[in-house]
This record gives sequence, C-alpha cells and structure tokens, in this order.
Amino acid sequence: MPESRTGPIRFPLDHVGLFDPPETLRSLREERPVAPMTYADGHVGWLVTGYAAARSILADPRFSSRRELLHPPVPRSMTPDMYKPSDPGQFVRMDPPEHTRYRKLLVARFTVRRMKLLEPRIREITEERLAAMVAAGPPQDLVKGFALPVPSLVICELLGVPYADREEFQHATSVFLDWESTAAEIQTALDDVTTYLSGLIKRKRAEPTDDLFTELITGGELSDVELVNIGFLLLAAGHETTANMLGLGTLALLRHPEQLAALRADPSLIDNTIEELMRYLSIVHVGPIRAALEDVEIEGELIRAGDVVTVSLPAVNRDPTRFPDPERLDITRPATGQMSFGHGVHQCLGQQLARTEMRIAFPMLFERFPTLRLAVPAEKVPMRDTMLIYGVRELTVEW
Amino acid sequence: MRVQADTHRCIGAGMCVLTVPEVFDQGEEDGLVVLLDAEPPPERQAAVERAERLCPSGAISILREAEA
Ligand code: HEM
Ligand code: SF4
Repeated sequence: MPESRTGPIRFPLDHVGLFDPPETLRSLREERPVAPMTYADGHVGWLVTGYAAARSILADPRFSSRRELLHPPVPRSMTPDMYKPSDPGQFVRMDPPEHTRYRKLLVARFTVRRMKLLEPRIREITEERLAAMVAAGPPQDLVKGFALPVPSLVICELLGVPYADREEFQHATSVFLDWESTAAEIQTALDDVTTYLSGLIKRKRAEPTDDLFTELITGGELSDVELVNIGFLLLAAGHETTANMLGLGTLALLRHPEQLAALRADPSLIDNTIEELMRYLSIVHVGPIRAALEDVEIEGELIRAGDVVTVSLPAVNRDPTRFPDPERLDITRPATGQMSFGHGVHQCLGQQLARTEMRIAFPMLFERFPTLRLAVPAEKVPMRDTMLIYGVRELTVEW
Repeated sequence: MRVQADTHRCIGAGMCVLTVPEVFDQGEEDGLVVLLDAEPPPERQAAVERAERLCPSGAISILREAEA
C-alpha cells in the first residue's frame, strides 16, 4: 500500500469560485481515490473521491451508518449525542433491520406515482410565490421569495405541519447543518423542535387531519419519540436540500446562459437538466459517512474494522472515468447515475419529491421572468460556506 | 432476457419506475418494486440494464441467455 507523503489530510473545505469543489479533491481522486484522512476528533479514517469506490462502499452492508460508530469529518463542534446510538426514529443513522422497519413505513408515501399526484398542488404553490414576487417587484432575494418557501410549503402540506410554524423547524435545521454552531446551540435547537413537534402530535391525535404525519401518528406503530424524530428528519431533509438546489441551480443557469438558452429552446431537456444540475452542484458537501464493520479492501487500500469513511459527493460526481469532461455543466450529457442522492439502502427517500419540485419550479421561474438576472455581481453572492449542504444564502435578482 | 425484482432488498427509491415504466412499478400499499413484465422485449433490454445499474439496493437482476 502506498504511504501518503505528507501524512493524512484533513477534509478540504476551500471551494473554488461559486461551483467548483476544492482543488485537493481532484488531485486526491487522481492519486489516491480512497485516501487516509484525519477526522476532527483525531480519528484516522478515509476520504473517498472516486466514483467506483464510493458506489461499492455505499452498497456494501459491511459499511455501517450507525451513529455510535462514526467520527466527524469536519471540525463541527462535538454535539452532545455524538458517539451515542441514534434515538428511535433517526433512521438515517441506523442499519438494517432497524433502518428497514422505518423505511418501509414511509416508502409508499414517496413513490413516483404519489409524487405525480402532488404535481398540480406544487404548481399552484409555485405560481403563488411567483405572483408574490411580481407584486413586490424587483430587486428581490430569490431564496427568501422562492427557493426556500416552495419546498417548505410542499413538505409542510405533505406532512400536515402548519406553514405558519415554519420558524420552529427552519431555525433548528440551519443550526443543525452549520458546522460553526456550538454544542449548546445545537442542543437548544433540538429541544425547541422536540417541544414543538410533541405539541403538534398531541393536537393531531386529538384532531386528526388528512396528511402524512397524522397517518403516522394514528397508525399506532410508532412511539412519540419516534414520531418526533421522523417528523424532524422529514422536515429538515425535505426543505433545506431542495431549497439549495433551487437557489444554487438558478445561479448556475444564470452563469451559464448558453445552457439556460438550450433549456428554453427545448423544454423536454428539463429532466436531464435536473440530473446534470444535481451532478454538477452536488450540494451535499460532506458525506455520506460510514464505518467499516470488518476489514475491507477497496481499490488496494485496506480499510480496517472501525475505520470511518467519508464520501465526497462533489468529487465522485466529477470523476472523469464516469462523466467525461466533468467540470463542464452540460444539460445534454447523460447524467443519470449521478450520486447526489446517495447510493445503497439509504439512498434519498425524498428524491422523487425533490425531482418533481425542481421539474416544476425551474421552468415556471424562467418562463415567468424571461429576463431574470443577478442584481449583484456574482462574486458578491453570499455562499453557504460553513454548511453541510452547500448553496447560496441570498440571491438578489431582478428582471 | 428475464428480469427479477427482489422486494426484500428494494428500498422504494423508484429509479426503476423512472427508467422503464413499462417493466417496473411500485406497489400502491408498500411502495416496493412490482415487476410488470418479467420477460421484456429485446428493445427494452438497454433500459432494463440501466435500471439494474441504477437501483441503489441491488434489487433488480437480469438473467441473461446462458442462465435463463
Ligand atoms: C435535492 C434535494 C435532496 C438531496 C440532494 C438529498 C440528498 C440525500 C442524501 C445524499 C441522502 C443519503 C444520506 C446517507 O446515505 O447517509 C439522503 C437521505 C434522505 N433524504 Fe434526501 N435529499 C434531497 C431531498 C430530500 C427531500 C425533499 C426529502 C423529503 C422527505 C428527503 C428525505 C430524506 C430522508 C428521509 C433520507 C434518509 C433515508 C434513509 O436513511 O433511508 N430528501 N438525501
Ligand atoms: S430502483 Fe431498486 S430500490 Fe428503487 S424501487 Fe426499484 S427495485 Fe426498489
């Protein structure tokens, strides 16, 4: 096994420009796609930058998602529950069969067909936001007026969480995803959201409504702790992710006018455009993270039982062996197989919802505002540099 | 070409349905893969192979000539 010349690296965080992942990731992928890395707590584990290696690791049951086995790849403050098993319901950080039980309770609600049924309502929600932007007039922050509210409204409606209460979980989500948050801040945010969701569960038990959360509550299979944790997981995962794709995706199309023109000329390119934007932007910048349950050899590297492995999705989605000319945004390239929704049994539960939202929201936005443009220089757009999920903090546009 | 879909492995990601709706569906009740056509015609072969590769949980398998 080749020894690394400089000792294990740390997780690289220095983006290049608006859209490009850290340069280190590219050289690692060329030299050592599975490379030793020092974690924030001193653990020496691995960083995966190659597409083939990432796919085989994420599909391999010898790699575990259990929270108590993981170490933090980024210098995120030590949360109080780190190294402890996941609480009931936090199934992203569980393995089968515990994970399977929760996943099976939920998959039927997120099928391709169910998502099709939501389309008319998503269109209405999008239309309302666009009308509000028109009414208020330019310039406006697209994040606040469009990218964040559209997915938030959709997930709130799907779950049956009053949109008026969104502060209760939006704040908690952003604290949770910011690696500069302190342990105390994270704990407070989690306590607040738990209190909120517990109250909501009580109200829904007393007065059932027609939504996913009520169904889970009255289904009788889940305890209150499980319901709170699943509720927060769905709310958090369901709005920040798509919101960042809409915000950053709009910026990417505005900065690549020839691509936007091609999409406008041929609207049937939208599905592929979404896969390509997912690939090119790879907004989940840290992880998925797994721990080896036994010794496993991948690409000639011996990963020992207990070693933690962090996949860099931006790196694997720009692996030239899988996507030729990977640094180019090209909405006509075959982009299926992009790994931004993960891979293996944890692959994103909400991916068909996210695709449906984007397939509706992007075309409606560009149709409503044929002259949409940035109202500030691109270098001035504030980026989410300290977040586990990348994106724009604000996107001031005019038309 | 014969196709198999293993509902025990399926995690309901829906990639198969998106890729070849003529061959795969998802159960209304459980969201898991439903095989609509276990012996798809040759013109669907490429798409079914794509679905096999895209399925995140390895639930889809194709039995090729020799094995079928
Ligand atoms: C473009 C938007 C999205 C991206 C990029 C994204 C990305 C991801 C990724 C990478 C994972 C895998 C995590 C791992 O393997 O450890 C995941 C899991 C998950 N996502 Fe998404 N997601 C998006 C939208 C959504 C939406 C709209 C929902 C709504 C419900 C959602 C709910 C979930 C859940 C519940 C999981 C955990 C699945 C499991 O552990 O079995 N996501 N997502
Ligand atoms: S792609 Fe695989 S995991 Fe997803 S629904 Fe089809 S069989 Fe199930």
